[in-house]
Amino acid sequence: MKQYIIRRLLQMIPTLIGISIIIFAISAMVPGDYITARANPNMSIEKQEQLRSIYGLDKPDYQRYFIWAGNMVKGNFGDSMQHKQPVTTVINTYVWNSFIIGIFALFFSWFIAMITGIFSAKFQYSFFDKIVTLLVFICMSLPSFFIGLLLIKFFALDMKLFPVGGMITSGLNARGWEYFIDVLKHSFLPIMVLTMLSTGSLTRYFRTSMLEVIRQDYIRTARAKGLKERTVIFKHAFRNAMIPAITLLGFELPGLFGGAMILEQIFVWPGVGHIYLNSINMRDYPFMLGFTIFLAMLTLLGNLLADVLYGIADPRIRLK
Amino acid sequence: MSADVMPITENKNTKAKAVDTPWKTAMRRFTRNKLAVIGFIMIVFMFILCFIGPLFSPHNLFDYSLKNKNLAPNGTYWLGTDKLGRDILLRMMLAGRISLLVGLVATCITVMIGATLGAVAGFYGKLVDNLIMRVADIFMALPSLPILIILGAVLSDLKVHPSSRIYYLMVIIGVLNWTTLARLVRGQILTLREQEFMQATEALGLKDKRKIFKHLLPNTIPVIIVAATLSVAGAILSESALSFLGIGVVPPTPSWGNMISAANNLIDFRKRPWLWIPPGMCILITSVAINLIGDGLRDALDPKTKK
Repeated sequence: MKQYIIRRLLQMIPTLIGISIIIFAISAMVPGDYITARANPNMSIEKQEQLRSIYGLDKPDYQRYFIWAGNMVKGNFGDSMQHKQPVTTVINTYVWNSFIIGIFALFFSWFIAMITGIFSAKFQYSFFDKIVTLLVFICMSLPSFFIGLLLIKFFALDMKLFPVGGMITSGLNARGWEYFIDVLKHSFLPIMVLTMLSTGSLTRYFRTSMLEVIRQDYIRTARAKGLKERTVIFKHAFRNAMIPAITLLGFELPGLFGGAMILEQIFVWPGVGHIYLNSINMRDYPFMLGFTIFLAMLTLLGNLLADVLYGIADPRIRLK
Repeated sequence: MSADVMPITENKNTKAKAVDTPWKTAMRRFTRNKLAVIGFIMIVFMFILCFIGPLFSPHNLFDYSLKNKNLAPNGTYWLGTDKLGRDILLRMMLAGRISLLVGLVATCITVMIGATLGAVAGFYGKLVDNLIMRVADIFMALPSLPILIILGAVLSDLKVHPSSRIYYLMVIIGVLNWTTLARLVRGQILTLREQEFMQATEALGLKDKRKIFKHLLPNTIPVIIVAATLSVAGAILSESALSFLGIGVVPPTPSWGNMISAANNLIDFRKRPWLWIPPGMCILITSVAINLIGDGLRDALDPKTKK
């Protein structure tokens, strides 16, 4: 197992190099840089040149790539130009805000998906199953930004049930419990949208998985033994249906720490996705590049985690 | 398979009428799936609305009249008007043309690249396969939405003319999606190339190009159709998200996504929902419909599910 993990980690290196080249090449294609994007009219051309040489923006692209990539290897992601702080610090500051909505959405979507998945498999072709199937398709095809806007319009603006955006009420100096409630209110809508977005495909997955298990002989045996239907479904069938689903947990990794760019923008949630979107608009390359690499690493680690989890959950799978 | 390999002329006369072609069977299975048929009707409706609807509109896209600005839906303007007094319904239908077209063309590009690379990788194996699949790994690990947004920003920086932006977008969205299809096609080709008919093509001394495009790829069409259908929905969603952020299709060209960006203005967002809800519903309906069709096709074309 250890060997397998090490080998997979080593295999990530060429992929990461490829990704870094692609991302850097795209950013190098852009005319203009952070200095021009700021467009400060009071800045003289000499001053601009001076700043460029301080930031190392005056060097040719390939040199800049090697400097940047070399620093990355040493764990130095560079300094964000907009935040005047190391990229890793900025990520660390905001990533936890994204994590809050990410983890709640993960929890709710898995919970809802499991319950509906089990029951729509149990009552296959029933009216409930048909409704679920239709809802699954709707959830799978939701444009996230539109649903976010609709919810804000109806629940926040018209019904005034929730705050319109942000993470805490401005000017509210709440501590402890009050602060917690405030954040909870603000996070309700973004969590709801995120949950809706991922519940669809998850439900489908659980349903299929459950349908396969229910047809197995050992389920018939369990019923023949005279076990209660509840025991058969939740203990015998559900546990086995969960095995393939464990793999999916690994794939959730980028979603937890990567932030949801458009949603955070709409809900003015101070998460890392929001900061990332800003960094793209501001041409803050160190942050933009650094975070993109971070996202790619998360995806690769998530894939590895999925494979490892599968090996752990199902002893028939041998990882070599 | 192609005509010069099999003497089809003999077959034609002896063919029993009772036997359905695989396509007919698939068709029958598809029409039996209620949800898929509903999806199909919905998408046909969207196409008719967007491509034929504007011809019957009494309004003109260039009817700027400040007198009629920001009207709520009424008898003359069924979905109201925007801040320049333009009819929302007409704009929405024209926007649909753009959005649907971007989705379709982007998918065509995806299919061309994905199917070709997948087939080449599967057919030649070894070094070629390794090379293509490593590149695919890289593309798979690239975070797709951020890359799209960055490329959209690049388009803005390069000052690409609004009217030609949609072509760039089609290419970008199409190119970024090729990996899924390439993997699927490669998997199919790996099993297909070991079959007997491929030995026959070997014996006939056909060229590689011909083996791949005439004998292998046609056999993967069911897989390609399903993946392509689902990817149209993905492409439409990507385009609308980008346009919403102002870096996809930009005004004056209307697209569903950039019509929704009217919601960025708080007053419009709050008081004039007719500006942004209808195009949003169009995106939703289209993508649900396409997903329903895709799923129906998957069931219909899969030889394993016998109904």
